[in-house]
Amino acid sequence: MTPQDGALPEGPAPDRSGSAAIEVAHLTKVYKTTRAVDGISFRIARGSITGLLGGNGAGKTTTIAMIMGLVLPTSGRVRVLGHSMPDESAAVLGRMNFESPYVDMPMRLTVRQNLAIFGRLYAVANLSERIAQLATDLDLTDFLDRANGKLSAGQKTRVALAKALINEPELLLLDEPTASLDPDTADWVREHLTTYRRTHDATILLASHNMLEVERLCDRIIIMKRGRIVDDDSPSGIMARYNRTTLEEVFLDVARGRAREAAQ
Amino acid sequence: MTAIAARRTIAPHRIGAMILRYWYLLLSSWPRLLELIYWPTVQIITWGFLQTYIAYNAGFFARAGGTLIGAVILWDILFRGQLGFSISFLEEMWARNLGNLMMSPLRPIEFLLALMAMSLIRLAIGIIPMTLLALVLFHFNFYGLGLPLIAFFCNLIFTSWSVGILVSGLVVRNGLGAESIVWTLMFALMPLACIYYPVSVLPGWLQYVAWSLPPTYVFEGMRALLSDHVFRLDLMLEAAVLNAALLVASIAAFLALLRSARRHGSLLGGGE
Repeated sequence: MTPQDGALPEGPAPDRSGSAAIEVAHLTKVYKTTRAVDGISFRIARGSITGLLGGNGAGKTTTIAMIMGLVLPTSGRVRVLGHSMPDESAAVLGRMNFESPYVDMPMRLTVRQNLAIFGRLYAVANLSERIAQLATDLDLTDFLDRANGKLSAGQKTRVALAKALINEPELLLLDEPTASLDPDTADWVREHLTTYRRTHDATILLASHNMLEVERLCDRIIIMKRGRIVDDDSPSGIMARYNRTTLEEVFLDVARGRAREAAQ
Repeated sequence: MTAIAARRTIAPHRIGAMILRYWYLLLSSWPRLLELIYWPTVQIITWGFLQTYIAYNAGFFARAGGTLIGAVILWDILFRGQLGFSISFLEEMWARNLGNLMMSPLRPIEFLLALMAMSLIRLAIGIIPMTLLALVLFHFNFYGLGLPLIAFFCNLIFTSWSVGILVSGLVVRNGLGAESIVWTLMFALMPLACIYYPVSVLPGWLQYVAWSLPPTYVFEGMRALLSDHVFRLDLMLEAAVLNAALLVASIAAFLALLRSARRHGSLLGGGE
């Protein structure tokens, strides 16, 4: 499946609510002479976890940024939770959240202060209880009153995840959510995301280089290369088509231009 | 709530959240607090003694007591009002937090209102001790200017916000490489706003430029008050009209620069 033709493939996960959480149509982003995203189209079902895979410069971060409204497309359209982005972003920003290595939480503020501020921005009810719950869930209790700048990389990632979950978002966009975590903590975070999706019926779109993570978490994988979607299916479907036993092998096939031969 | 209604609503709780964020930041760093008081103190002591010296030797300054000190304090309101606005904004760039904010329900106009409130808070921390020093050391009662002081203050603070909004937009669009403009742009107004001398000193053609700047009216008004004991309401009203136009233009420029930043992808990261 290579959705360059404007059709909106929805992937293997069922769309329980009848409308997609994310609809991207003919999306293109050109930076001066670089075509970062090149006419991609897809729909993401509500309640699903979708992985955006691709090497460096594949266009994953730009795609996520356009979905969030942080980057304006050169052409094409994005709809999030039924609203056009970025024109109607005010109607949906409170229902979504994100985590990205391209942004930080203020370093001098304590974890509790940071979460309190974002909680207020998102108008979270019973904020103290919500912060306490997140602290328990993400094991932040011991350093809630420590400045964010004094935390380890792994602790900062967990705080960023807590910020991303503060408003119990219906849609969660994650860019490399476990990049700086040790294997144990990363596994624990993945478990937490799976539970969160199940308990909140949330939609998660994540960009990752961690094939094991994508394989374990995602119902569906969209593989990007040079701004285009080169494949889109369930992890098992993709591995079967490429005749590979791991996603890492599929990734290498795609990255090294062996995709077509392997898929045949 | 419809998308249009959501876009038009200004939420005080979000403005309050941002003020709280900057308040926490101020309290977390004593050098930041000290810096707010340090420069105004140095300024008032230096210029206060200069005023005292000149007053002994020049009849005009003896008659117009406090002209220099008054000008120094009003200039500090203008300059530090803008810095208070812009530094709070720069904190977001330095912290790489702008993406988090722009992705949150915080609207740009709410962000600007929070920065305006912070500029008032930072200004109060710096200027109130300065005015008390002027009273104690040089017997210049800044608050003795009375009701005209409110007109002076309002006009200056609106100009400072307009400049602050414009330079913040430039930094959003161009990244921290444009940071120096935050510290320097207001100084470009210094010779033209005629802080320490009357507009009549300037060449004719430059006077037109000077009268296009709202602070010029304030400093002329201050000299009229201190030298001739006349409150020039006409000058304050003209300054207010110019300020209204300047504020609208600066907000429009900020929104255009923010949109341009979204087009160029500079909201993620915000580096050089």
